[in-house]
Amino acid sequence: MKKLLENRNVTGWLMVSPLAAVLLVFLVMPIALIVIVSFWRATEFSIIPAFEWDNYAFLFGSPVTYTVFFNTFKYAFITWAFTLIIGFTVAYYLAFHIRSLTWQVALFLLCTIPFWTSNIIRMISWIPFLGRNGIANSTMMSWGVIDEPVEWLLFSDFAVILAFVHLYTLFMVVPIFNTMMRIDKSLIEAARDAGANGAQILWNVIIPLTKPGIMIGTIFVVTLVMGDFITVRFMSGSQSANVGRLISNDIALLQYPSASATAIVLLATVLITIGILLRFVDIRKEL
Amino acid sequence: MTLKHDLELVDVTKRYGSTVAVEAIQHRFQPSSYTCLLGPSGCGKSSTLRMIAGHESVTEGSILLSGRDISNLPPAQRGTAMMFQNYALFPHLSVRDNIAFSLKMKGVDVKERYIKAGEMLELVDLTALADRLPDQLSGGQQQRVALARALITRPEVLLLDEPLSALDPFLRIRMRGELKKLQKELGISFIHVTHGQDEALALADEIVVMNDAVIEQAGPARDVFNAPKTRFVAQFMGGHNVISLPNGCFAIRTDAVTVTAHKKGTLSAQVMAVEYQGTHVSLMSHISGDQEVTAIVPEAEYFTTPHQPGDQIGLHWDAKNLHPLTA
Repeated sequence: MKKLLENRNVTGWLMVSPLAAVLLVFLVMPIALIVIVSFWRATEFSIIPAFEWDNYAFLFGSPVTYTVFFNTFKYAFITWAFTLIIGFTVAYYLAFHIRSLTWQVALFLLCTIPFWTSNIIRMISWIPFLGRNGIANSTMMSWGVIDEPVEWLLFSDFAVILAFVHLYTLFMVVPIFNTMMRIDKSLIEAARDAGANGAQILWNVIIPLTKPGIMIGTIFVVTLVMGDFITVRFMSGSQSANVGRLISNDIALLQYPSASATAIVLLATVLITIGILLRFVDIRKEL
Repeated sequence: MTLKHDLELVDVTKRYGSTVAVEAIQHRFQPSSYTCLLGPSGCGKSSTLRMIAGHESVTEGSILLSGRDISNLPPAQRGTAMMFQNYALFPHLSVRDNIAFSLKMKGVDVKERYIKAGEMLELVDLTALADRLPDQLSGGQQQRVALARALITRPEVLLLDEPLSALDPFLRIRMRGELKKLQKELGISFIHVTHGQDEALALADEIVVMNDAVIEQAGPARDVFNAPKTRFVAQFMGGHNVISLPNGCFAIRTDAVTVTAHKKGTLSAQVMAVEYQGTHVSLMSHISGDQEVTAIVPEAEYFTTPHQPGDQIGLHWDAKNLHPLTA
């Protein structure tokens, strides 16, 4: 026993084992389970262990799948574009226009305060605002901007994307702000010394140096939006669907094998998307 | 009369709120010369340089270059270029692109700006490293890139903010030689901020010593070292004793003090400490009035009549070597 413990390989393995165990139990096993179940056979009243491609064949054979995946990408892309613009602007303001560190920290914390409440509450709070007789419609009517309530404010793609942008912009602000704070301020002076104007400094110095932060924020937002189902359900009034809803519907109908197959395809899609994103920017420096 | 490349500071003042960083300084820099702004940290030398560069606004007064008032112009239109303390190279751009940056900002097309950058690379002898990123260069190479980037704008005055402070001592001595050589070759004015008097003495045609937001003394390096006007300058330049005698305060170079036998010199003193420094021996002693006087004695001379701490000795100097101090 003593001799075994003195072996460097054994101690090395023992030292990594807690982390390995955690990853095994909470990451590898659940995914393995989903993969296994995705090959099982399901009927209306039973689930039978098997190995067959029926679930995948059905998934790829159905036009609904393609519409829903398209919808998921659409939400992800539009949300990404808006969170990027808003997040970059906020981070830029905090990092370059606020001079004192105290104020930077204070305003940064202010940004995070809404995140002390749950996602669902923040989402639902849009409903009385956007509804047919909600605050937005009645205000616009009283101003005379519109004559009758606008229907597309709530339970529409507009509402879904609005909620996504509201929920996830901070995930863009944080990494971008973090990267921007590491930019040496003398680089901006050096650019100014070389005759660059504000727009040129932004384009030639700040954006290239902020890319890793933008990429990390992008990964957060894209994975969160692609995996979401509750926002889409609430804000679209069950009128739109994304992949998450497809899975949740299957689960509600106890169609676990089909849900698993969809989950695996979604996982693969997200991983491929991130893989492509990482080809463009090296984020290792930021980690 | 204002000559070309003639830089002049007229009553230049910088205030941050109620603190005064630079107080109404007046100076005319010699054209095509190497000038060092020398002083301890917080004396206002960096603020002065940054005001000349245009990275700091001038609270009062004006800065004239070649006869025009540049105090309110943006940095790039002043005819100055700055080399930053940590070089401030763009980490995402290759050496060539870093050097060509200002041309890119002007809208010069790629081909032409690379030709110009190539010339600069040759000037600083970095042609072989043109495609590297700044991270992949040594400190000395990074400095040469920063130099080339500043010079590509063809400035009339090059401003250097503690350019050698990031280098190790050996490289520092080599780089200062290169700086001096480059200044001679280009024939433009270099204004170099430093807190090291040895660096200033080695490089400068003219030294401007600053302290507490004002210029204490300005003049050719040799004049400033040999004839300090104030107690501060004498102490900061080093190599001087500052002593109060009945007829006033004086500075005398440590190597102008000779050691004699007890009661034979002008003053009697007690040896406090002896330091062997290779080529010479530094002998610290106390004279009356609790004043310290250091004498530098050539090594061979000292060891013919060595002294121990506690010994009574005499000190002697030529009266013409005493420089009266005003403050």
